[in-house]
Formats: sequence, C-alpha cells, structure tokens
Amino acid sequence: MFAIFTRLADWSTYSVLGLDPETHLAEAVHFFIEDVTKIFFLLVLVIFAIGLFRSMLTPERVRKVVAGRSRAVSYPMAVGLGAVTPFCSCSSVPLFIGFLEAGIPLGVTMAFLIASPMINEVAVVVLAAAVGWKVAVLYVVAGLTVGIIGGLAIEMFKLEKWVEEYVWKIRMGETALQQGATTLKQRVDYAWGQVKEIVGRIWIYVLVGVGLGAALHGFVPQEFFLKYASADNLLAVPSAVLVGIPLYSNATGVIPIVEALMSKGVPIGTVLALMMSVAAISLPEMIILRKVLKPQLIATFTGILFVAFIAVGFLFNAILT
Amino acid sequence: MKNFKVLGSGCKKCATTADLITAKATELGVAIEIEKITDMGAIMGYGVMSTPGVVLNEAVVHSGSIPTPKSIEEWIKS
Repeated sequence: MFAIFTRLADWSTYSVLGLDPETHLAEAVHFFIEDVTKIFFLLVLVIFAIGLFRSMLTPERVRKVVAGRSRAVSYPMAVGLGAVTPFCSCSSVPLFIGFLEAGIPLGVTMAFLIASPMINEVAVVVLAAAVGWKVAVLYVVAGLTVGIIGGLAIEMFKLEKWVEEYVWKIRMGETALQQGATTLKQRVDYAWGQVKEIVGRIWIYVLVGVGLGAALHGFVPQEFFLKYASADNLLAVPSAVLVGIPLYSNATGVIPIVEALMSKGVPIGTVLALMMSVAAISLPEMIILRKVLKPQLIATFTGILFVAFIAVGFLFNAILT
Repeated sequence: MKNFKVLGSGCKKCATTADLITAKATELGVAIEIEKITDMGAIMGYGVMSTPGVVLNEAVVHSGSIPTPKSIEEWIKS
C-alpha cells in the first residue's frame, strides 16, 4: 500500500541526488524522504477523515459522560476517551479541575491524562503503517492498561492530599456545550481546521523524529544495538524509559525512531517502552500540571509510570522474542 | 460597546486569539473592549474547560481552539 513512498524515495535518492545505494548517506536520505512523505500524507488523510466523523468530541462532553459512573466503567472510559479526545496540553489544567469538580475521582482523571498524550488515533495509524498492525495494537493495549493501572495506583495511595487546595474550591459554571457541526460543509471545515491545527502543532516533532530515525538507520551499525540493546541486557529497558522521561515528542514524532530501532533488531518491548516514555512523560507537561499538583504527586506519578513502562518493556520482550 | 473576554492560562493560542479579535475589530472599524482572563477560577466559572475560550458580553461563544476569522467577524458584527 505504501510502496509508492518507497519508489518516490528510490527515485529521489538514487536518480535525482545520484547517491550510491551502498553508502550510509544514501540509506539515511532514503529513510528520511520515505518517512517524511509517508507520515505527512497519513497525517493529513487520517486527521481529516476522523475530523469528519468526530466533529464535536470535546473535553466538556467527556466530563459529562464520565461523571457519576462506577469505577468499573469510568476507568476504561477515561483511558479510551483520553486517547481519542483532542485537547491542547495548555488545557490540561482546566480539564483537570473540571473533572474533579464534576466528582470524577482523581485516579480516573489521571488515567485520562496519562492515556491522552500516549495514544491517539493518528499515531496508531502511522505506527501500523511503519511497523505493522500487530505492534500498533500491542501499543494501544499496553497504553490503555498503563493508564488504568496508573490511575488505580494513585487512587489506592489516596493522593488527593497532594492536589493543590485551591483546586477543590473552584466551582464550575454551567458548561456551555458547543453545538456540533450539522451540515456537511461545517464538518469539512472542522476537519480541515483540525488538519491545520494538529499538523501545525506537531510537524516539528515529526521532522526531528524522522531526522533522528534516518541517522540511526543510516549511520549506527546493527552491532551497536545487538551489543547494548538486546533482550539479554537487563538494563536496556530501564535505560530506554529513563532516556525518554525528560525528552518530549508528540507520539507520532517518535514513530520513525521506533521504526529505525526495530529494523536494527532492538526488541519490541524495549522500543515500545521508549515510545511510551517519550510521549507520556515530559518536562513541559509536568510544569503545566504543577499548577494543580503538588511536587510529591508529580514525583509519585512519574515513579508509577516509570515502573509501569519498564514492566511493559520486559513483558513484551519476554513473550514476543 | 461589545465586551470580549479571552479565556486561557496564558498560552500562545490565547494570545493569538486576542490579537485576532483586536485586529479584526480595527479592520472593521468597530470599537470593542477586550480583556484576557487568566485566573483559573474565573475561566472555570464560565464553564469552559478547553482553552482558548471566547466570551462575548458575558456569554461563552467559543472554546477549545483559535476561532476562525469568519466567526470573529460574526461576533463583532452581531
């Protein structure tokens, strides 16, 4: 299905640029051209298609739907909706307050916030195109599970005391639910607006990701990864997660790196643990959440995810190699 | 005179939204009042969870994204 992008990359690398296919540079350039064209094509296509159908899935609606449900329903719902509801990370704070104010438990709210950056439908499609559906499905299942476990752990430890006090005092006004798009033209406008908004926000992560992926693919020899990142090296997974914590990229931007690492034989668990860590935990997000969470809760939350990602890495390495 | 409030925690999109409204009002030659609301309690008081939000004469008309030039024009002319 994506052979056209390979052919485009063949043609531009070998014919237009005249690079010798045997060289490292040619491998890197080929990877870069193929992935940039393929990923941006998919981004536009998938965001537009989903925008058409999902005109008005907003955090306000999620809040209404999740509030007052039993935990058996609200946790799966929170991670599922967290994965597909679009919201800008600068809305994390009002979203957090709004959820708590509606009586949604802290654990469920955190589950939503954990799943949200880690999984989204666009990243899933791009991941499937890059490394296959099997890996994409595993990533989604693991991500949703980590979201639920993280939320449950926060609930179990009763960490409400580490939410800033002012949060509990805020009362929310009557939620003004936006009218959904009704005509086809409104839907198309909305979908196109989403393409511009999301691509405008994440293109830089994708370019940097593809650049790093291309460099890994072209210039780092396979032996390097066999030596340091094989499943036998027990430190590989924790190191991958640790490296990913301060780094931040949109989930889609990590995928070229995932692709390059997997093609070099790095085991799937290690790669997915890295991807989750990069997408889910980041310094900017922490700084934003610091407005509502005390440092102790941020530290605990990071610790829980750190352990969960390592567990995911080891589990997949054990059952899939 | 129309009173606009842009709701948001001070992110870039919120600033852009306020600038767009001001520019459009100048372009149309309509005098408006515009203020940025960054206090979380006040923002939530309007029932807005996704920022930037736009309030026109105390009624929420938009939330969750930078509004389109077309809707800004409609608010100013309304």
